[in-house]
Amino acid sequence: MNSFGWPEFFFILRSAGWTLLLTAVAFLIGGALGAALAIMRLSANRVLSGFASGYILTIQSIPVLMVLFMSYYGLSLFGIRLPAFFAASLSLSIYVSAYLAEIWRGSIESVPFQQWEASSSLALTKGQQYRYVILPQAVRIALPPTVGFLVQLVKNTSIVSVVGFVELSRAGALVNQATFLPFQVFSVVAAIYFVICFPLSRLSRHLEKVMNVGRSH
Amino acid sequence: MSAVLIENVHKSFGDLEVLKGVSLSVEAGQVVAIIGRSGSGKSTLLRCVNGLEAIQSGRISVAGHAMSQDAKALRELRKDVGIVFQSYNLFPHITVGENIMLAPRIAKGLDPADVKKRATLVLEQVGLLEKFDAYPDNLSGGQQQRVAIARSLAMQPKVMLFDEVTSALDPELTGEVLTVMENLAKDGMTMLLVTHEMSFARKVADITVFMHQGKIWEHGPSQSLFTNPQTQELKAFLGASLH
Repeated sequence: MNSFGWPEFFFILRSAGWTLLLTAVAFLIGGALGAALAIMRLSANRVLSGFASGYILTIQSIPVLMVLFMSYYGLSLFGIRLPAFFAASLSLSIYVSAYLAEIWRGSIESVPFQQWEASSSLALTKGQQYRYVILPQAVRIALPPTVGFLVQLVKNTSIVSVVGFVELSRAGALVNQATFLPFQVFSVVAAIYFVICFPLSRLSRHLEKVMNVGRSH
Repeated sequence: MSAVLIENVHKSFGDLEVLKGVSLSVEAGQVVAIIGRSGSGKSTLLRCVNGLEAIQSGRISVAGHAMSQDAKALRELRKDVGIVFQSYNLFPHITVGENIMLAPRIAKGLDPADVKKRATLVLEQVGLLEKFDAYPDNLSGGQQQRVAIARSLAMQPKVMLFDEVTSALDPELTGEVLTVMENLAKDGMTMLLVTHEMSFARKVADITVFMHQGKIWEHGPSQSLFTNPQTQELKAFLGASLH
């Protein structure tokens, strides 16, 4: 039986890098998709808004695990064998896009409608209204819930361990199997999650303050 | 040619008909005040003139543009028509200067240096040049409203619409806004305004229009309309608003 020493510790630490990478990829791709979905959802075009709300409802109503299984095992039936990291990124991006789309739609809708009226009265196009008037205000509103969601995402990446991808949680499980020291091993794993998530929460508060500079009270 | 021409306009919100065949024309350089009770349709009429509300039937043309729901045509119309709202509606995330320069630069595509010059000019006109770099939230209501007027003026509109622009202000702040509007009128700006300030309408407006139940009930030169109202409804309205 192995002991829990530096090699095991560094193995876990390296795996935390995969957790971070997975989070970053899912957040970037999911964020881009989510932004597009949010704006489609708010579009006056029924086809676009219908598609976006259907997509969001569907994804939010099924466990991300099912999306993961479908992209990893399901596609392999058709001879498409996605590498674990790719399947994991894809599923998480889909999951992220549906949730961020809703968070951001809500933020955009919280900008008072008079801002739309004032900017359209100044002959701005819809795109210009979004770019110069609505989105800068929506971003301020969206920032705290978005970073809050990011913290959730860091923790939820652990789900991809079920397709054999070794990220932080899976690394902990492997080390535990070899050492049978669950308390020590998972304390380290939990501590690493904490070290990642805690500063993010602090960052969210800090950004909130920075974004409010220039606005009194 | 009229600067604003409204012909037999009907407008409903669902089952509620708020404009029941309104016709009105405003000549270039004229100041026309619209008065009436809340719910008489006066604000809706004003909002129809720059296309914020779509009409069901009738015709509107402003500064040579026929009203249409086509986005591009509407933008062309709005480049020539400024509107100032009761709640100012400045953009809170950018400075006063940026509020004023945004549309001339983005919507009209004018040269930034010219736009800056123009912004200084209009801010000076409303007496707030020193607030160029301030944020809207740091200004009083009266100052915000003057900036909103300046923001519209920077587009060099041919017609200005004012929608109860002093109604949200404390009484001691309405004066500064009315003074700015009076100066605009003197400079020959074509103005259509919805107002509760009877003395202002009487003094500054060439024509006053009294709206009642979605129709133009009575209209004429301000002096005679206020001193010699013809209809019972206007008499009652003027009597009530004296108190």
